[in-house]
Amino acid sequence: MFDLYGFGAQLLQGAAVTLEVAGLSLLFGVVLGILGAAAKLSTLRWLRSGVTLLVNLIRGVPEFLILLIVYFSLPQILSSLTGADIAISPLVGGVFALSIVFGAYASETFRGGFMAVPRGQLEAARAFGMPRTRVFSRIHLPQAWRYALPGLSNLWQTLLKDTSLVSVLGLEEIMRKADIAAQVTKRPFNFYVAAALIYLAFILLSGPAFAWLERRANRGLARAPS
Amino acid sequence: MISLGDIVDFIVRQAPLFMAGLETTLQLLVVSTLIGLVLAVPLALARLSTRKMVSAPATAYAYFFRGTPLLVQIFIIYYGLPQFDAVRNSVVWPLLRDPMPCALIAFSLNMAAYTGEVIRGGILAVPPGEREAAQAVGMPHSLMLRRIILPRAFRIALPALSNEVVLQLKATSLASTVTLIDLTGVGRRLAAKTYTTEGLYVAGAIYIVLTFLLAQAFRLLEQRFNAFQRS
Repeated sequence: MFDLYGFGAQLLQGAAVTLEVAGLSLLFGVVLGILGAAAKLSTLRWLRSGVTLLVNLIRGVPEFLILLIVYFSLPQILSSLTGADIAISPLVGGVFALSIVFGAYASETFRGGFMAVPRGQLEAARAFGMPRTRVFSRIHLPQAWRYALPGLSNLWQTLLKDTSLVSVLGLEEIMRKADIAAQVTKRPFNFYVAAALIYLAFILLSGPAFAWLERRANRGLARAPS
Repeated sequence: MISLGDIVDFIVRQAPLFMAGLETTLQLLVVSTLIGLVLAVPLALARLSTRKMVSAPATAYAYFFRGTPLLVQIFIIYYGLPQFDAVRNSVVWPLLRDPMPCALIAFSLNMAAYTGEVIRGGILAVPPGEREAAQAVGMPHSLMLRRIILPRAFRIALPALSNEVVLQLKATSLASTVTLIDLTGVGRRLAAKTYTTEGLYVAGAIYIVLTFLLAQAFRLLEQRFNAFQRS
């Protein structure tokens, strides 16, 4: 009943591309999210309100449309900036768009995380004579990370599912591979269900992965009660 | 680069197309949200059931629709189901042949899975005292559900439901992948025809306005339904 007509390996190759897009977008998205949160908490008013407005605009537009806008207008913008004719690949366009979307949502998650760190800890670190950058990297960020992880876990699941949209640009990830296999074999149901099950497996597996990350992030806390 | 005058000129010229796209988007949003909400209530109750026979399928449903991309779900329904002769010979074939009902089915089932979770949370958040009071005055279970638990759960879940509706608006943009000309579809069609991106930007701006209007509408709804909570 559930025959993949020899396209199983193709789907797995697609799965690897999906993980590549999702992983890269997660990486850039987390960096953008931290920068966005820092901007939102900045004492500079123009920076704070500018980034807040930008994030709200991004959150009001469908991810799919953002992907299309990035893919079609990024080459135009780059070309007019550099004067050279620049084309971008679906991979670059996809990662760029998904990173922006992830970053916009993550900026809110990180903002909450940064605010949840007790001020006293930051003051104590300053009182020890730590420079501001080290207070950030040793005290503020690791603690904020702890509070942000559950939110990031949800965003990661959304990101994984959103990678399927990049298939519309022609990137050969799971969905595109399923499209191709469906057209060749005339068995679309088999391949789309197979694709769905791969996504579901990734989502279910990322649960334990994030649980591990959370245990790791909270490892210093085990000593606290007693 | 694009000037503001060009954009205004563009909008005026393409206004009928965008109006038609807006209509399709709103139709998808309203119909799928309503069907999704109706399905979400039994789904939430089934997930809360103590009987495994009832709760397990509901849980599986929620996991499948929340754990897979909406794009895959639409494709399974629109491109996948016609693979079977049984479907093509059935009475529902006239529906499944068209992209609109298929998109509506996918969006509704997806919406039901997400709002089912929200409503489940609302039901769990109903203060136990209210449930006990209803039982104490001798209300039968169905009446208690209808008069006490569901109205309370709905009010508790309202802020989260408003988020889901905004997400649903954005989800409808996938309708253009099954040839429907919704707002995103208009933007895509214009982009393909003219090799310009104005259409996509205009569509984006309309989504932002819609998101804002939806948020305002839900704020009013919350004020009305949760008036008793205001200090």
